[in-house]
Amino acid sequence: MYDFEFKKPGSIKAAVAMLESEDAQALGGGQTLIPTMKQRLASPAVLVSLAGIAKMQGVNVANGVMTIGGATTHADVAANAQAIPALVALAGHIGDPAVRNRGTIGGSLANNDPSADYPAAALALNATIVTDRRKIAADDFFDGMFGTALENGEIITAVRFPLPKAANYQKFLQPASRFALTGVFVADTKDGMRVAVTGASEEGVYRWTEAESALNDTPEASALDGLSVSPDGMIEDLHGTAAYRANLVGVLTKRAVTAL
Amino acid sequence: MTKVSMTVNGKAVSGEVEGRTLLAEFLRNNLHLTGTHIGCDTSQCGACTVHVNGKMVKSCAILAQEADGAEVATIEGMANDDGSLGVIQAAFQEHHGLQCGFCTPGMVMAAADLLAKNTNPSEADIRSHLDGNICRCTGYHNIVKSIQAAASALS
Repeated sequence: MYDFEFKKPGSIKAAVAMLESEDAQALGGGQTLIPTMKQRLASPAVLVSLAGIAKMQGVNVANGVMTIGGATTHADVAANAQAIPALVALAGHIGDPAVRNRGTIGGSLANNDPSADYPAAALALNATIVTDRRKIAADDFFDGMFGTALENGEIITAVRFPLPKAANYQKFLQPASRFALTGVFVADTKDGMRVAVTGASEEGVYRWTEAESALNDTPEASALDGLSVSPDGMIEDLHGTAAYRANLVGVLTKRAVTAL
Repeated sequence: MTKVSMTVNGKAVSGEVEGRTLLAEFLRNNLHLTGTHIGCDTSQCGACTVHVNGKMVKSCAILAQEADGAEVATIEGMANDDGSLGVIQAAFQEHHGLQCGFCTPGMVMAAADLLAKNTNPSEADIRSHLDGNICRCTGYHNIVKSIQAAASALS
């Protein structure tokens, strides 16, 4: 790892100012960024830790919306997000216990790993990503593998999840990396059924809109019987072929709907 | 270089570190607490597990400066004051919970983290708490037995 200057501001305003220089990078829990820097795939000159900003911590529920601070760890979400049980289960199975004590929801969403769990939850639950300068609907936030709508230096300060009527996340674990080989988050929301798929597409997380339409007509797993998922554009690696992942999308969606 | 100060195993310590200095490196190189092992250095194996403010973390995936001001616990703090093995360490010895011993500091720290929160863990609780701690010798059975024995001894 190349050396850098470490900073730990106490406010969002101070963090944004420190991130203005082009070679500065925000640090959440570092569970992806620090290994990436060791491999010299990232080499910021300044690293700005967001862990000292009290306003970016914690889980609150008010007026039918759960707000999770951007610097809240997976362990804290698993312990405090009971208003959305599917989110408790998701956060409680990210990585391993030590990783969950460091990794943060904001860091995960900003990184948008194509096999990460949180992007599926944000997309299916129709979350709003709150930054230091604006609010971004999840539908507009994710922009291909590792891509997001975030500008340089923009910080995810909070994530707002409207409470769903019901939700379930089915993760087919890749046991070595502990990421999702494929994962499907299904939510019954006030805007209808939403189905978000992670770990499958080369474009990263996406909504399976055909399944959503079918489930809006008939909210049962059998509604998905006639649907097929094309392997075109699916991730293919030594852990699973494109066809295997495409099949998993259908299987996991049915399991999630059954578990709603 | 930047000065960091923290409490390690109840003792106030400080030292000069670079931005990139990992907590594992600070513990080993500055404080000579070499019980914390760096196995994979990719935050997968868990040999470097320590506690920061009462929570287990992989010390190769946290910067020393991120732990500035924190309470840190390492394997060196698990022994009794007279130098004899602590309860969890003794259980690992009694139940043959180690072979080569390289992963053992991380296993003991993960076990201590679990038992601090759950005094009567099931086998499934123990195994899932060890998700991020890899042992290439034992096949885990005796590690699980050791932690079950430690739970009984502590309760």
